[in-house]
Amino acid sequence: MAEIPTAAHVAAEIAGGRRKAVDVCAGALRRIEAADGQVRAFLETLPEDALDRAARLDADLAAGKPVGPLAGVPIAIKDNICTTAGHTTCASKILAGYVSPYDATVVERILAAGGVIVGKTNLDEFAMGSSTENSGRFVTRNPWAADRVPGGSSGGSAAAVAAGLVPLALGSDTGGSIRQPASFCGVVGVKPTYGRVSRYGLVAYGSSLDQVGPLAANVQDAALLLGVIAGRDPRDSTSVAEPVPDYVAELADERLEARAGRLRIGIPREYFGAGLDEETRAAVEAALAVYRRLGAKTVEVSLPHTPYAIATYYLVATAEASSNLARYDGVHYGHRTAHPHDLFDLYSASRSEGFGAEVKRRIMLGTFALSAGYYDAYYNKALRVRRLIKDDFDRVLTQCDVIAGPTAPTPAFRLGEKLADPLQMYLADIYTIAANLAGIPALSIPCGFSAAGLPIGLQLMGPLFGEALLLQAARLYERETDWHTRRPSMGREA
Amino acid sequence: MRVNGLEVEPVIGLEVHVQLATRTKLWCGCPLEFGAEPNSRVCPVCLGLPGALPVLNRQAVEHAVRTAVALNCQVAGFTKWDRKSYFYPDLPKNYQISQYDLPLASGGVFEFPIDHRFARVRLIRAHLEEDAGKNVHDFPGFTGVDLNRTGTPLLEIVTEPDLHSAEECREFAVQLQRLVHYLGVSQANMQMGHIRFEPNINVIIHADGREHRTPIVEVKNLNSFRSLHGAVAYEINRQVEAWQADGVTAASGNKSNRGWDDEREVTVPQREKEEAHDYRYFPDPDLVPLTIDAAWVAELKEHTPELPICRTERFISEYKVPAKDAPALVDDRATADLLDHAAEAGGDKATLAKHFLSFWARRANERGQTVAGLGVPAGHLAELATLQASRKINATAAAQVADALLGRRDAAGATTPSPAKLAKELGLLQSRDEDQIAGWVNEVLTKNEKAVQDAISNPKKLQASRGFLVGQVMKLSGGQADPKIVGELIGKRLGEIAGGR
Ligand SMILES: [Zn+2]
Repeated sequence: MAEIPTAAHVAAEIAGGRRKAVDVCAGALRRIEAADGQVRAFLETLPEDALDRAARLDADLAAGKPVGPLAGVPIAIKDNICTTAGHTTCASKILAGYVSPYDATVVERILAAGGVIVGKTNLDEFAMGSSTENSGRFVTRNPWAADRVPGGSSGGSAAAVAAGLVPLALGSDTGGSIRQPASFCGVVGVKPTYGRVSRYGLVAYGSSLDQVGPLAANVQDAALLLGVIAGRDPRDSTSVAEPVPDYVAELADERLEARAGRLRIGIPREYFGAGLDEETRAAVEAALAVYRRLGAKTVEVSLPHTPYAIATYYLVATAEASSNLARYDGVHYGHRTAHPHDLFDLYSASRSEGFGAEVKRRIMLGTFALSAGYYDAYYNKALRVRRLIKDDFDRVLTQCDVIAGPTAPTPAFRLGEKLADPLQMYLADIYTIAANLAGIPALSIPCGFSAAGLPIGLQLMGPLFGEALLLQAARLYERETDWHTRRPSMGREA
Repeated sequence: MRVNGLEVEPVIGLEVHVQLATRTKLWCGCPLEFGAEPNSRVCPVCLGLPGALPVLNRQAVEHAVRTAVALNCQVAGFTKWDRKSYFYPDLPKNYQISQYDLPLASGGVFEFPIDHRFARVRLIRAHLEEDAGKNVHDFPGFTGVDLNRTGTPLLEIVTEPDLHSAEECREFAVQLQRLVHYLGVSQANMQMGHIRFEPNINVIIHADGREHRTPIVEVKNLNSFRSLHGAVAYEINRQVEAWQADGVTAASGNKSNRGWDDEREVTVPQREKEEAHDYRYFPDPDLVPLTIDAAWVAELKEHTPELPICRTERFISEYKVPAKDAPALVDDRATADLLDHAAEAGGDKATLAKHFLSFWARRANERGQTVAGLGVPAGHLAELATLQASRKINATAAAQVADALLGRRDAAGATTPSPAKLAKELGLLQSRDEDQIAGWVNEVLTKNEKAVQDAISNPKKLQASRGFLVGQVMKLSGGQADPKIVGELIGKRLGEIAGGR
């Protein structure tokens, strides 16, 4: 089957004058038009804005002006990232119709690099969920199986890339929201180090955990987009002034050869215990065998506080969320109830009508965790456990360079399967949450398929600001395998 | 003090909010402007729009630290930002970024003179926080919200309950206002609401050989010295009367909030929230903790100017200024600095102070300026004072030289001749040449035989006649004769004439 052209290839063709940005953009819009009726990855496409931008890029090229590394590449943006084009709704009724007066820093950087934003993708409302079923709009389907979820919360972005609708998309990852859908959809997803990428313009869920990151069909494209969005932003006090390497150059063959023989891979025993699907285990172990064949050493390591990660996450993230989402109150913007009889009712009814069940559940949990008399027992204790989880990684990362394991305990589950049981749903993030709590970078790459034809993801985690190392390790494996070249039949242009 | 026949002791602590004079808001680049078109000084950050993040304004921290060291507070080496949650339409994020358990400064003490003693008020803490917007109620059927003020940096200063009367509260407030204005950390304009007070008041009543404590009342949002004084005075009386009527004393949970009705001059109960407020403080994850360099704090402390209260005391003793006039010299820091500089430049201190309070103040007033704003160099001020102190010119001439100085400066727009040159040019220098003065004296005595005779022979007329003769000599000399020498020479000549020579 024909391989989807990479983003890097598309940008090179456009920059070299062999293709027009407008044609590439129109092609992407046509694919979305044709196939997104089945997948439903997009909440909104932005044809006018995208074609206009592509035309201006073509004009710049014709005038001999320099263009950036994403010249003419169609890109999808998760709808919790602010764009002045179209709406920014977080797939929530409470922000229905909301238009951001400013672009997020990551969006500014993509546009400055020549990227063409073609649409906003679906997500679990305010990024709260693991299946995109909590969207306030509609359900997105897994391009590999229409009865399966795409994962979440960046399910729309992962599905859009998997279905070949766009070569690149932005997601956000608070507890696995880029990596788990990447795993479910068979694409590459990177959660950068906390502070690597600006959060300015990312609608906050759990501010101390949230990071924006790329979803792509292959490691090189993920590296390309990460390089564009990474770096200190004076508008985000938590972004870090660490130099940004040329992630694409770090993937050159000679750099990889130099890496292969020296790589020490830690295998945390806690990530291979009960609850791990057997096909997933087998695929991950096969991937580790590939690394050993390449000369890498694998060492068993222990992250003893792993069992506490989910509980810790659901206190920290919800506490922050309860405060972050207080601003959606019907007073200044967004949904307002029709006939409030007083101020309290204005707040109460607007929020009751505007938020979905999972968002309400998390706001209530977080409000409780921060309440007087419970703060120490819950929020403060969660912060202390978070510290222990971070210490686990600091210690283990002296014994190895990267940590490898499954991204999710199972391949994509069925639509509706876990909706009735939030705790079961929360377990879908059991392997991804710790990296957010520790602030370290992590990514997911395709490492096989289940018998039912569902993708399986391999997760790699690394030291703070070790994205280049993680991408090298991922590319080493990708070079040896063809998982990333397989594409689902659904979503392909007829 | 006695109220309604009872011996009572009011116990008052103050929370003071001082608006800091930064150019921009605490977390964004919006300018601080009073009276701008509603919602015209706003951006995604201070509007609390989705995805916006705060970035600390370092100038606000510097102003806060300057104030803290001037108040003898301990400045924290490590401080952080916390979210204080409550829903209100003028608070767009529905949380306020403030400081909870690790304030920027703690401890400290502020002493100020009152009734010929120094009152000493201990400070609990001082921290930075953002102001809210304003609800605007002048629409029929709905309320508007103006968010221009949202995100304005405030320094909240909390005192121990060390104040014991309405007068003390007012004087504390006045002196604190002078202080922050002096430090340049706040415009401290009361009309613009730059300083707001919230006193916590209760009263210890001594009766039946026991102490009875009335429930604590916090009066919210007082923005003038008058309303602070009025509210505290009213509350003291009200609480004593209430206790006499119902005997209710302070117990946990019966603290209440009241507002001040400026027209009726009474405090009124504020609608209590249905439940106790739980602000659910937690560290703001959008901001990094702030480490404050001890060396920087020491440097700011080093550069703390002499504070108004100390300066007032010093001016009274050093410049021999009457106590009632001292504030006029002290309150404008640039003018007070200029006075000190002129003294350092060798000007006679008492004369300088008199000049500042008389003709310099008048000219400054006429021009809507401060004395420093007149722009006369310290060296000229000193020289003019010295001319007078050394009796080279008299007080009237000094004022004339001052006017000439300003006139020349206005006309030429540049440097002016020194006061000594001007005095000479204008013929205002006093003659101290005894021969020349003796000539004038002889001429006058010859021409005014009647007055001379009166002075010699009629003791009742001696004083008046001598005064007349001195005046004539001064007139003849065109004001240049040193009146002291004139007086001496006239006395001497009259003695000689009386002795028959
Ligand atoms: Zn602003």
